[in-house]
Amino acid sequence: MRMRFLMALALVAAMAGVSSAETALNGAGATFPNPIYQKWFSEYHNAHSDVKINYQSIGSGGGIQQLTAGTVDFGASDGPMTDEQLAKVSGKVFHIPTVLGAVVPTYNITGVTSELKFSGEVLADIYLGNIQKWNDPRLGKSNPGVKFPDEEIVVVHRTDGSGTTYIFTDFLSKVSPAWKDKVGKGTSVNWPAGLGGKGNEGVSGMVKQTAGSIGYVELIYAVSNKMSYGSVQNPAGNFVKGSLESVTAAAASVKDMPDDFRVSITNAPGKEAYPISSFTWLLVPAEWSDAGKQKAFVDFLNWMVEKGQTMTSALEYAPLPKNVAQKVKARIKDVKVKAKQTAQK
Amino acid sequence: MQTVPERRPSSNADISEEPATTEATPAGGDQLMVVPKSRVGTRDNLLADRVFQGLVVLCAVTILSIVGLIVFELLHASQPSLSKFGFRFLTRQIWDPVAEDFGALPFIYGTIVSSLVALCIAVPLSVGTALFLTELCPRWLRDTLSLLVELLSAIPSVIYGLWGIFVLSPFLRVYVEPFLARYFGWTGLFTGPKYGWGMLAAGVILAIMILPIIASITREVITAVPRVQREAALALGATKWEMLRMAVLRNARPGIFGAVILGLGRALGETMAVTMVIGNRAEIVKSLFAPGHTLASVIANEFSEAVGATYLSALVEMALVLFVVTLIVNALAGLLVWSITRGMPARALA
Amino acid sequence: MPNSSQNISLHRRLSNGLALGLITFGALIVTVPLFLILGTVIYRGASGLNWAFFTQIPKPVGETGGGMANAIGGSVMMLGMASIIGIPLGIGSGVYLAEYGRNKSGNIVRFTADVLNGVPSIVIGLTAYAMVVVVQKHFSMLAGSVALGIMMIPTICRTTEEVLLLVPQSIREAALGLGIPRWRTIVSVVLRTASAGIITSIMLAFARIAGETAPLIFTALGNQYWNTNPNQPTAALPLQIYSYAQMPYEQAHQQAWTGALVLISMIMFTVIVFRFFAGRGRIKGAS
Repeated sequence: MRMRFLMALALVAAMAGVSSAETALNGAGATFPNPIYQKWFSEYHNAHSDVKINYQSIGSGGGIQQLTAGTVDFGASDGPMTDEQLAKVSGKVFHIPTVLGAVVPTYNITGVTSELKFSGEVLADIYLGNIQKWNDPRLGKSNPGVKFPDEEIVVVHRTDGSGTTYIFTDFLSKVSPAWKDKVGKGTSVNWPAGLGGKGNEGVSGMVKQTAGSIGYVELIYAVSNKMSYGSVQNPAGNFVKGSLESVTAAAASVKDMPDDFRVSITNAPGKEAYPISSFTWLLVPAEWSDAGKQKAFVDFLNWMVEKGQTMTSALEYAPLPKNVAQKVKARIKDVKVKAKQTAQK
Repeated sequence: MQTVPERRPSSNADISEEPATTEATPAGGDQLMVVPKSRVGTRDNLLADRVFQGLVVLCAVTILSIVGLIVFELLHASQPSLSKFGFRFLTRQIWDPVAEDFGALPFIYGTIVSSLVALCIAVPLSVGTALFLTELCPRWLRDTLSLLVELLSAIPSVIYGLWGIFVLSPFLRVYVEPFLARYFGWTGLFTGPKYGWGMLAAGVILAIMILPIIASITREVITAVPRVQREAALALGATKWEMLRMAVLRNARPGIFGAVILGLGRALGETMAVTMVIGNRAEIVKSLFAPGHTLASVIANEFSEAVGATYLSALVEMALVLFVVTLIVNALAGLLVWSITRGMPARALA
Repeated sequence: MPNSSQNISLHRRLSNGLALGLITFGALIVTVPLFLILGTVIYRGASGLNWAFFTQIPKPVGETGGGMANAIGGSVMMLGMASIIGIPLGIGSGVYLAEYGRNKSGNIVRFTADVLNGVPSIVIGLTAYAMVVVVQKHFSMLAGSVALGIMMIPTICRTTEEVLLLVPQSIREAALGLGIPRWRTIVSVVLRTASAGIITSIMLAFARIAGETAPLIFTALGNQYWNTNPNQPTAALPLQIYSYAQMPYEQAHQQAWTGALVLISMIMFTVIVFRFFAGRGRIKGAS
């Protein structure tokens, strides 16, 4: 028994030795950009076989939490970190925007095939539980000609801490004072109504399987699942459907990108702008104690703003606007190895 | 045998003793003779005995310290929440991560109700199965059937969950829930929108999962009822069912109760399968169609995502509550089963 | 008088038949979910079984193909490391209970082992997170193994105790009588005689932890690549099934079912082997 134990230990040590030749980084966070991140990390690994970036989509809240706890090398979030959250992290954290995405209301109603139109107030009232039936006159008003069934609305929301929730509730807070008072915005909130699904996957799964349901998911999840999703009214009064173009239009409304990139583009002005759009960010520590990891990740970031951006459209993400990409490149230069003195402290 | 000296002088172990030894220990006889005779009974051996005993005691102490560590970590990490909410945590019905205001009541409710639903389904079935296996089953079927029931307990939780999502909950939604709503809707337990996901689905999945454990312990307890009791009942002219009811079930009642409680303990802590089908909503609703949440499922769902010290520690406090409840439940069950089977060899029927 | 007794006996006969019928029906219905679950897993999983499933790592979402090789490998490695923790501690404490623990302190250990056995796996996962992940500052295979290893201990411990107690006292006395030191008696005679039963207990513990998902969520985390480094997060079969089951892609569901088929085959195989050993173990132990 003892002998076998020692042999096993030796085996474990040997395996550890073998894998030390490559650089392995771990990140966790947002589910919203998970498809593009998986694509990027996989493509990047194909091109640079010595770098393995493992990304687990545990939710934006988790990304922030695990970065704060120091259990991952980098985080990812769809909602920017608050000042209070930033203060809890030891060392500085950069928000590096990667792509833009849209959150769309998706539904599964028996007998309704046409594309629905939602105003912000109606969406808020559905999620507040004030509109409980599909044949509510307020829904009918913006959707003339649609025959709604006399069915209860099954509201589906995210149960985990999520940037998708942040973007959605950020939008609802901007358009509905009642929502702002009762619920507010955050990566997880106290939902007044509905069922909870875990992750974009969980929500779209639930909507797909439940007749009479409505949920909110990232655009790619609705498209790739061939789920119906509606258009949403923007401040200009137009009903706009979530798409690459309408998200890009929303991004274009940002005239002055702040230096820390923390900016909200929900309910953006502009005729074509989709109102539930957002940047999504990688949360990158400004100082790394491991030089190998720092180099690998900086190389990846540079690859991401150049080559990586060309892959986004295929997955229904809008690439960064040119001026933002330039600004990001400059910021990547600031991701440095931790100086020796500070490391000792 | 007690009179045999523990350590005999090495010189005594001569060849003439050999045949007797091999007879006494058929399994290890050859092995025994390999022991170098010069070492027998020396101080080295006393030391070796001490070291060996020390090693196994160390293993036992490790178990104690692991449980100690679990308790310590739970208490330590739930401190912020414990001091902020106190005992009100257990009775409040709020789960608001934005305002960092938490209460465990909906989760405690969900845990208890889903487990009770499971027991309502599982107890009659598993006691029936145990009775059938011990008293009625033809010999040729017994081994196969008990293997099948046992295999049920070998299916991992996550596969129950997978099956629950794709097979059970659509089935409940389309066939079972409309039926229940139509004929039993008046109870108030089966009303509201039919999601398929929810308390009922969780209860059904849990029932399947705890069936084998209740059945196998009930079997053990029933077997422990003395044959004489049965024969006496039959001799008095009882039918088979009357015999089972009066001689077997009545005598085994505390033990069966223990088995049920043990099943309850399993159901309370079950995580994955429940998380996948219960609907994950922190609200107390009478209808079993409604989505719910359990202590275990909220931890699985939210722990890695929780932001903020209070949120995290509230989740750990849930784990603490779960730990204490399962501890009490399991201890109670152990006591009850033990009270029936104590006279029996440890593995009368595994 | 004869009339009334006949009435009672009819009533009794009816209720007897009804009750026995219900019991039989109940016992048979219990097997229905087993067949349903196994049937679904085989039906939906088999079509995804191919060589790539066992040799390739997962493709990014949306792309077809790929496999779960890294998850299968991760599970095997974690089970191996968990065994390094769980088996010696389990057998050691089982020996303590059977050979030295027939007293008050033994009862305390016995009770504690039962408590540990009853601790929900998610709570053990939380503890492993606090003990290993937070301390080491990263998710790792090691943390997952610690959680699984802890879960193995009580099963092995209590079963080992049971089979050791089945070894006839006369064998111990004979060995001691020959002047064999106690530790030697336990290792070479008692443990050897009970070895089949102990292997059984290990298999039982194995089957229990092989499908565990809850304690891995906050420890092993998951990984889309091959990982052999115990200090890095790793994929595991149950974890992968869990995350794929929640994805909205048909492709992912297919992979989840195939993963379930592989996992369940591994476990069923272990359990059936266990039954085989268990039968032999009892005969050997009782002889």
